[in-house]
Amino acid sequence: MNLYSRLSIERKRTVWAWAFLSVPIFFYVVIRFYPTADAMVLSFQNWNLLGARSWAGLDNYVRLWGDPVFWKVFRNTFMYLILGTPISLVISFVIAYNLDKTRFLHGTLRALYFLPFLTTAVAMAWVWRWFYQPVPIGLFNNILSSVGIGQVRFLNSTSNALPSVLAPAIWAGLGFQIIIFMAGLRAIPVSYYEAARIDGVSNWTILREITLPLLKPTIVFLVVFSSIGFLRIFDQVFNMTTNDPGGPLNSTMPLVMMIYQTAFSSYSMGYAAAQTVVLFTVLLVVSLVQLRILRDR
Amino acid sequence: MSDTQIRASADALMRQSTTYKPPRDPVQIIRWTLLFMGAVVMVMPIVYMLSASMKYPHEMFDLNIIPREPTFENYIYVLADGRFIKWFVNSLVIAIITTISAVFFDALVGYTLCKFRFRGRYLIFIAILSTLMIPTEMLILPWYMMSLHFGWLDTYWGIMFPGLMTAFGTFLMKQFFETVPDDFLEAARIDGLNEFQIWWSVAMPLVTPALSALAIFIFLGNWTAFIWPLIVTTDQALYTLPVGLTTFSVEQSVQWELIMTGAALATIPTLIVFLVFQRYIIRGVAMAGLKG
Repeated sequence: MNLYSRLSIERKRTVWAWAFLSVPIFFYVVIRFYPTADAMVLSFQNWNLLGARSWAGLDNYVRLWGDPVFWKVFRNTFMYLILGTPISLVISFVIAYNLDKTRFLHGTLRALYFLPFLTTAVAMAWVWRWFYQPVPIGLFNNILSSVGIGQVRFLNSTSNALPSVLAPAIWAGLGFQIIIFMAGLRAIPVSYYEAARIDGVSNWTILREITLPLLKPTIVFLVVFSSIGFLRIFDQVFNMTTNDPGGPLNSTMPLVMMIYQTAFSSYSMGYAAAQTVVLFTVLLVVSLVQLRILRDR
Repeated sequence: MSDTQIRASADALMRQSTTYKPPRDPVQIIRWTLLFMGAVVMVMPIVYMLSASMKYPHEMFDLNIIPREPTFENYIYVLADGRFIKWFVNSLVIAIITTISAVFFDALVGYTLCKFRFRGRYLIFIAILSTLMIPTEMLILPWYMMSLHFGWLDTYWGIMFPGLMTAFGTFLMKQFFETVPDDFLEAARIDGLNEFQIWWSVAMPLVTPALSALAIFIFLGNWTAFIWPLIVTTDQALYTLPVGLTTFSVEQSVQWELIMTGAALATIPTLIVFLVFQRYIIRGVAMAGLKG
């Protein structure tokens, strides 16, 4: 009898569990899994939103392989990653490391550094776009000319445009990275530092031998997290190049923007779907490679 | 990192004591001065945006931060347009509903996967977790096709449906429910509460810091979301603030003081919320970030 009643409670709980999960399971199947499969299927089809979907085999991928714009975009996307991740992590670590050792007005400084993280990318893209304008409009060029330095072409130069578009993205992400780094620094037991200090070890050695190795989980997380962010950059590029999307001469066009244009300007849904599959693969491979490299060391 | 460690380090982050006594040690003075200069540079874009929004066009491109003749005319002009208020309301309603839904369901699913033992539990957990690997951009085309098919284009529902539940939140809440002792739940069960009541009135109050951290994250994500609202809406009356701001800025083209006013209107609400809830927000972001 005892056994029976226990079983019955178990069963009841199982019923509750499935009741709790019923709506979420429906959601995940319809809004996540079905669309994932559909995007993959669509990448082997042709469709212009109006007619019927027709099979295209590997045509979309073949076309992508032979498309010089795609290779340009592929390069750009990796440039955002290669510049963005190291620069933002180094800056945020240096700030977090020093902020952690500062007590005078600590809360105020921390709040100021964190503030940009809460801004809307779209709004800030327009602010930076204004800064980048030539004299007499743009702030940066006005400052440069007031100290007698020549003008810099930011957004209308094929070589400067990409870093210029990337800058607000790095700037907005720093606050988050600093907070995560500081929390990671706080998680290191004080006793390690005390022991090192008793042994008379220099600050530099403490940083290299204690702080950085113990901070590895935090670093791994931030590398993977921020890399995914830079590979998916869109808002800033879209808003800073509205007069010539992804320009000049596609020099700022990232993969997500190419997807957007292929799908919603050219209505080549199948071709756009093939690009999303490439994006998915890139994100997956980059994350796995980073985890492998960083975990092993 | 374990839960207690994460909470401890998030708390330690907040406990870093602030003093109002300037440092004496030269190294500390240099460190503080450099950090302060860095902080000033960090907020400069926001400061210049606010400053420009209160300047007349003829003063707009001068380098002074405090406007010589401060004016609210830009704000009056932009708000008189009427669309900004509409976009603001749209963004607010959408962000609030999405946040409530995501926090509710993520906590429910996280709790179920954490505290119930049943066949298929692990499979469901892995399935939900695997969706984290799929970028939103890949789902956008099928979502658009669904919206087209079901008539969800230009509706609140169309903007909201992709975010009603999140795998990240589910994972986060599952981790935090691990810290709730089973004895508490068992005691409630003996008291005759049903499973929903146990979750809602016993387990949920024990994880409120995690719930608020998750809510902050999801709200911010929805408030600043751009690409999906841009795609799913064509009717200006349904634009969210970021999409509306893009349209508005393109229209103004060279009237930078008006563009800055629009940008300021999109930013000021979050600044106010941040100033009020600063500690909770930073702590919440640290907690959610360390978990993810």
